[in-house]
Amino acid sequence: MRRFSWFNVTSLTLGFAFLYLPMILLVVYSFNESRLVTVWAGFSTKWYGELLRNEEFLDAAWVTLKVAVFSSTIATVLGTMAAYVLVRAGRFRGRTLFSGMIYAPLVMPEVITGLSLLLLFIGIGLDRGVLTIVLAHTTFSMCYVSVVVSSRLTSFDRSLEEAALDLGCSPFEAFRLVTLPIIAPAVISGWLLAFTLSLDDLVIASFTTGPSATTLPIKIFSAVRLGVSPEINALSTLLIAIVTLGVITASIVTKRAAVAQARDEQAAERNE
Amino acid sequence: MAQTVFAPWKDRDQKPLIEFRNVTKRFGDFTAIDNLSLNIYEREFFALLGPSGCGKTTMMRMLAGFESVTEGHIWLGGQDIISVPPNKRPVNMMFQSYALFPHLSIWDNIAFGLRRESKDKEMIGERVEEMLRLTRLTKFAKRKPHQISGGQRQRVALARSLAKAPKLLLLDEPLGALDKKLREETQFELMDIQETTGTTFVIVTHDQEEAMTVASRIAVMDEGRLVQVDTPDVIYEAPNSVYVADFIGDVNLIPGTARLRPAEPEPPVAAPTLAKDPAPVAEAPAPATETTAPPPTAQADAPADARQPAPNERGEWIYKKVFARFLGQRDLATPQLPPPSPGELAAARKAEADAERANTPTPDAARAPAPAAKPHGTETKSGGILIDWAEGQPPIIVANGDTALDGKPVTLSIRPEKVTIDLEKPDRPNVLPGKVIDIAYLGNISTYHVELASGRMVKAQMVNARRLSNRHITWEDAVWIGFTETAGVVLEE
Repeated sequence: MRRFSWFNVTSLTLGFAFLYLPMILLVVYSFNESRLVTVWAGFSTKWYGELLRNEEFLDAAWVTLKVAVFSSTIATVLGTMAAYVLVRAGRFRGRTLFSGMIYAPLVMPEVITGLSLLLLFIGIGLDRGVLTIVLAHTTFSMCYVSVVVSSRLTSFDRSLEEAALDLGCSPFEAFRLVTLPIIAPAVISGWLLAFTLSLDDLVIASFTTGPSATTLPIKIFSAVRLGVSPEINALSTLLIAIVTLGVITASIVTKRAAVAQARDEQAAERNE
Repeated sequence: MAQTVFAPWKDRDQKPLIEFRNVTKRFGDFTAIDNLSLNIYEREFFALLGPSGCGKTTMMRMLAGFESVTEGHIWLGGQDIISVPPNKRPVNMMFQSYALFPHLSIWDNIAFGLRRESKDKEMIGERVEEMLRLTRLTKFAKRKPHQISGGQRQRVALARSLAKAPKLLLLDEPLGALDKKLREETQFELMDIQETTGTTFVIVTHDQEEAMTVASRIAVMDEGRLVQVDTPDVIYEAPNSVYVADFIGDVNLIPGTARLRPAEPEPPVAAPTLAKDPAPVAEAPAPATETTAPPPTAQADAPADARQPAPNERGEWIYKKVFARFLGQRDLATPQLPPPSPGELAAARKAEADAERANTPTPDAARAPAPAAKPHGTETKSGGILIDWAEGQPPIIVANGDTALDGKPVTLSIRPEKVTIDLEKPDRPNVLPGKVIDIAYLGNISTYHVELASGRMVKAQMVNARRLSNRHITWEDAVWIGFTETAGVVLEE
């Protein structure tokens, strides 16, 4: 069978077009000279310059970054702790209930999470702003972290911790010196996941934000309601570039490490 | 080496290093360790042996502190350790999976325990180097665990657990992940290291060969209880139960009923004439290269062997009615044959003598050829018991059987290497006819699976002192198996 049959090529093209055509359009129009988004008037990078002079956008970007860093860090700590306890506690009464409760927010509609958090913040009289967004983001991204970390922990050889205890570590030292360094990749990818989720969240942020704090997604959304500007295209292109770069770097690093490890192991067996 | 025998367990004044006192461990409803008491002494290499699930790993984990004790006490060096957390015990463990820290180099792995005691850097460095030298790992110090081979990883794990100079080292199936050849080498290395460091080793294993090789004493466990605690040779030669006999090494277990052995030699059951060998004498494929057979005349005059398994009347009747259908007429016909001519007898004797010389394993080699010339009955030790093991078969003579077992159901345990196999009827206290069903050729030894007339399978082992082409017993051959009156051990049910 030919690998590039007529059928294969068509379905491949259609599939990728479906996925990437909108983004390509966005990137192309971010370099448009014209103010009108739908009319091509020649190549220009002026909107990127405009973007850097736009205080509102820069403020929003700064708020978003702050929220993302804080919320993903807190979520990583809490999520790792939850995962550790659930995996290590073994089987106890109500274990399924507890783990189910940790994972439930994954499938909970965001609108409901956002609304309930809003009610809570109003109820306890907390002024809405950066703090409330951070708390809200921590709440939902924590479950993602705990899913990632607990999947790593279940395959973690428990005798490593026992060896650490056996060699004189206190339980906390064993965690800090042995468990954490070994599960670090999972913790880091949990953090990255939480960071990304927080970065692009619109729904929960708009429920829990106040006039003092506007995140980038909220800013873009409200700007688009007044009409799509090439500035927003430029901003989105930048975001796409950052994400793409991150993904590619991460995959190259992981692959290299895996290849190196396999090579080392083969060499070790030969030297036996 | 002219050393005094190391046997602190025999010395009443010796204080044990480890003392299990009525220890019980339950996991929910399941009792893993059942009211167990055990002493282990300093400098011992002690093996906990048993099938998986017998509780041996639980014992070790209780020593290390990873499992709590439900009831009872464990004393280590005069201190009750059941409430001491694992990181405060002077005990180190070598894990089955090695549990090397993958993010640390070999050097750091070995230094890990030393650093927890916050000793000064110089001392740690010295100690690590010493451990690296002891385990021949110096040139791998900078590598990560995944950069070295399985055997080297095993040595790193050993070095790491020895680095803190523990009072007691626990080894959990330490050689399970190594291939056979490397495992054997490593066993000797372990023994050397144990001797050099003088540390007490407790090893958990399900591999009885490994336990026999390395240990000074072995505890055989079953379902949370100690079945027998003894030195390897006692465990092997004098097991105290069918379980131990069956678990350690290869064994023939023949159940039967014991009865007192009369002081006089057992009177002939039947057949005053020489009962015929199953194989026709003329066909005996005597290798006949040796000419040193005893004078045939002396043999020809000798009376027929009194304990020969000549069939009695009832046996004959049963054979005719039942067994003949499956086993054929061969044996039935033999008693009617005319007595052999002196020439035939001489040939048979000569073949027998040859076979005896070739087949008898070393323990009996010295006395095996001799009895042929002596009058029968005198060389057999008197006393002991007889075991009736099958209808219509002569009883098995067991001179070392306990006479108190009279009338009780017993099992005779006899190791295959103590059973000889011959084409001609050998002159041994116990001889049984049978047919070769299977031969397991292992190079150095061959194991023959022989089916006796009663249908019971018996394994006989022979050292292959001769080259393959010279051996002559093959499948379907009618053979005689034989063993001495002290070769087996009688075990009560």
